[in-house]
Amino acid sequence: MPRATTNSDAFNAVAERQRRRILNLLTHGEHSVNDIARVLHIRQPQASKHLRVLKEVGLVSVRGSGKRRLYRLNGEGLKPIYTWVVPFERFWNESHDRLAQYLDDQQKKEK
Amino acid sequence: MDGKSATQFKTEPGKQEIVMTRVFEAPRELVFKAYTDPNAIPQWWGPSRHTTIVDKMEVKMGGIWRYVSHDSAGNEFAFRGVYHSIEYPSRIVFTFEFEGMPGHVLLETVTFEEQARKTILIDKSVFQSVEDRDGMLQSGMEGGAVETMERLAQLLAQASHTSA
Repeated sequence: MPRATTNSDAFNAVAERQRRRILNLLTHGEHSVNDIARVLHIRQPQASKHLRVLKEVGLVSVRGSGKRRLYRLNGEGLKPIYTWVVPFERFWNESHDRLAQYLDDQQKKEK
Repeated sequence: MDGKSATQFKTEPGKQEIVMTRVFEAPRELVFKAYTDPNAIPQWWGPSRHTTIVDKMEVKMGGIWRYVSHDSAGNEFAFRGVYHSIEYPSRIVFTFEFEGMPGHVLLETVTFEEQARKTILIDKSVFQSVEDRDGMLQSGMEGGAVETMERLAQLLAQASHTSA
């Protein structure tokens, strides 16, 4: 399988800081591209470019047309990220806690 | 999270690795076994709210491993890789890939060091790029990212309630 490009999956799409800022803003509700650009102090073409990437990978969806297009978060698209990316540290913390318990149990059995 | 979590995570800006360190109150042979015994894996690997099954685990050079994890909502998460080397009882090298994000392969080196009947476990993951790593970590250096992700988590929880 060829290496994934920046725009091809959700994982790479959120590696970019501005795109995370956009997602963060959209957690509060729907916004137009102009709103996003204004609130985040970025240029509108830049905001559009990021939104296009987020839309391509299914992290945001859009409704309406023209200047009244509204962007919102797409929970389903975020699922792979939530299930893997978010809990990386938690995943290992918890696994290691369980491993410590398992090792304890094993040593008690041996005695 | 509770206070007993003691795994240390070390990342450096611009580098494509994560180093995890944890000390276990057990001889390293036993810790090594926990990593290489298919009967042990379901007992500790992954969050406790998940049920993990070992689908494949050929603990030898070139052998394949594959774990399948289920949550209470019935979601399935599969992870897999290939063992590069197994050096009892001190080191294991293997690749790691989450099937939900294919193509993002990590190279993991797990080292077991024994000190005074304790084992220092060092797990070094090397990502294919800095972007891969930072995507994975959500760049813990930025406070805002963590907050975003917490909110996303809530959103997803809501989404899964409404779709269930």
